[in-house]
Amino acid sequence: MDYILSIVILAGINMIAVLGLSIFTGFTGLFSLGHAAFVAVGAYTSAILTYYYYVDYYLALAAGAAAAGIVSLIIGVPTLRAKLRSDYFAIAVLGFGEALRVLLENLEITNGARGLPGIDNFTTLPIVFVCLAGGIFVARNFLRSRWGAACIAIREDPIAAETAGVRLFRTRLLSLVVSAVYCGLSGGLLAHFLSFIQPQMFTLVQSTQLLAAVIAGGMGSISGPLIASFVFIALPEALRVAQMWRLVAYGLLLVLIMVYRPQGLMGYSEITSFFRRKSGAEWRRPS
Amino acid sequence: MSEAQTLLSVSGLTKDFGGIRAVDSFSFDVREGSITGIIGPNGAGKTTVFNLVTGLYKPTSGTIRFLGEEIGGRRPDTIVRHGIARTFQNIRLFNRRTCLENVLTPLLQRERCGFLGAMLGLPSVRRMERALHDKAHSLLAALGLDAYASFEASTLPYGLQRKLEIARALATEPSLLLLDEPAAGMNPEETHSLANLIAEVREKFNVTILLIEHHMDLVMNICSPIVVMNFGALLATGTPEAVRENPEVVKAYLGERKEKR
Repeated sequence: MDYILSIVILAGINMIAVLGLSIFTGFTGLFSLGHAAFVAVGAYTSAILTYYYYVDYYLALAAGAAAAGIVSLIIGVPTLRAKLRSDYFAIAVLGFGEALRVLLENLEITNGARGLPGIDNFTTLPIVFVCLAGGIFVARNFLRSRWGAACIAIREDPIAAETAGVRLFRTRLLSLVVSAVYCGLSGGLLAHFLSFIQPQMFTLVQSTQLLAAVIAGGMGSISGPLIASFVFIALPEALRVAQMWRLVAYGLLLVLIMVYRPQGLMGYSEITSFFRRKSGAEWRRPS
Repeated sequence: MSEAQTLLSVSGLTKDFGGIRAVDSFSFDVREGSITGIIGPNGAGKTTVFNLVTGLYKPTSGTIRFLGEEIGGRRPDTIVRHGIARTFQNIRLFNRRTCLENVLTPLLQRERCGFLGAMLGLPSVRRMERALHDKAHSLLAALGLDAYASFEASTLPYGLQRKLEIARALATEPSLLLLDEPAAGMNPEETHSLANLIAEVREKFNVTILLIEHHMDLVMNICSPIVVMNFGALLATGTPEAVRENPEVVKAYLGERKEKR
C-alpha cells in the first residue's frame, strides 16, 4: 500500500512540473530542454531552508517556487529578448540547466555531488493533491486571462499577435517565469518527499521526460499532459515485474503515440470537452 | 470632408533590404475619414510600406507621423495602441482558436487588471470577462460572423477568414485600418459585397481606411484618393479619374506602346 501511495505522490509531484511546462511549451509554443533545472532550484532552495535554517515547511516551498521563478529570469531575459527561435531557445536552456547542475555539484551548501540526505519528510498525499488542484485552477485562470490569451496568440502566430497588441518579449518571459514557478514548487515537494536530493536527479533526462509528457499529452491541453505524465510515472512501476522490458515499453508507448496521434493524446482540447455536448454554433459565455 | 485633418503622414520613407531598395523616399498622406487606396504592380513595395507603418520593419530613413506623433521604428504592439490596426495579405489568424477567441485576444490586451486577481478568478475579473465576451460577440455580429463564434478560425471558408481578420483588427479600436489586399482570391460578386462592407465598417466604427488592392473595380469604386507606387517610389496620386488618365500609370501597368512592329 505504501508502495502504491508513494507512486501516486511521485506522479502528482511530476504532474505539477508538467503543468508548468505545458503552459510554456504547449500554450506559448516555446520548447525547453532544461526545465529540470528549475525543479532543482526549487528542491535545493526549499531543502536548504528547512535543513540548515529550520524554516517553516510551507514557507520553504513558497521560497523554492519563487527562487525558481527568479532564476528563470537569468536565462529568460537575454534569450527571449534576442527572440531566439524555439529550437535555439531549447538548446540555450539545455546549456543553462547543465551549467546549473555542475554548480550544484560543486557548491559547499548543496553538499556537492553526494547530495543532501536527511531532509525532513513533510510531503504527504493531501499536500500534493492540494498543490496540484490549486495549480490546475491557477493555470486555467491564467490561460483565460489576457496573459494566457497573449501566450496562445504567440503560439499561433507571433506576427499577428504583435499587431493585435501582444507584447512579445514580456509575454514570453512571463510564461517562462510562471512555468518555472510550477517546476520550483514541484521540486520543493519532491525534496521533502524523498528526503534526499542530489544533482544527478535533475539532468537532461528529467527535462526530456517533462517535455515528452507535454508533447505526448497534447500541446495546448492541460489535461492531456497530466494524463501522460501520470502514465509515464506509473507505467514503469507497474511493469517492474518485467524488469528488462519496462523501459522498452515506455519508449514504445511514446513512439506509438507520436505515430498514431501526432497531436498528442488530447490534441488541443481538454478531457472535459468530451462530457460537454458538442454543438457547433452554440456560443458559451464564461460562467 | 475636404477640411479633414491629416491622420497619417509618411515622408521620405526608405527601406533597404541588403542592396535592394524596396521603398525609395516614398511620401503620402492619409486624410481622416478617407478610404485611401495604394495600387501598383507586383513588387512595387506596397506591403513593405504597410510593414513599415505597422512597425514590423524599421525604416532605413524617413518619417512616419500618426496624428502628429513620430511612430517610425516603434514596436508593432505600441503602434497598435496608437490606433493603427491591419490585416495581412496571406491571412494570419490564430488558427486553432475559435472566432470569438480571435476577437477576444486584442480586446483582452486593452484591459488593465491585476495579475493576482485574475489568477484567483475573482468575481470582478469574471464580470470584466463577461463584458468583453459580449463586446467580442457584437463585433462578430457586425461582420456577419455571429453564427461562427465557436468555430475554430481555420475551419472557416476563405472569405469569412478575411472578415474575421477585419473583426480582429477592429477589436483593437483603431482610428486607421490598413487592409492588405482584402479582395484577394474573391470573385466579382464577393468583391462587390466586400466594397459595401468596407464602406459600412468605415461608417460604423468611424475608422479611416488605407488599402492595397489589385481589383481595379474595387479600388476605382470606393477609394479616393489613390496612391500609385512603382519600384518603391511614388508614381502618381489623385482621384480615381486622374489616376486612370495618367500616362505614367498606364505605362507602369501596361508597358509602353511600341511604335513599329
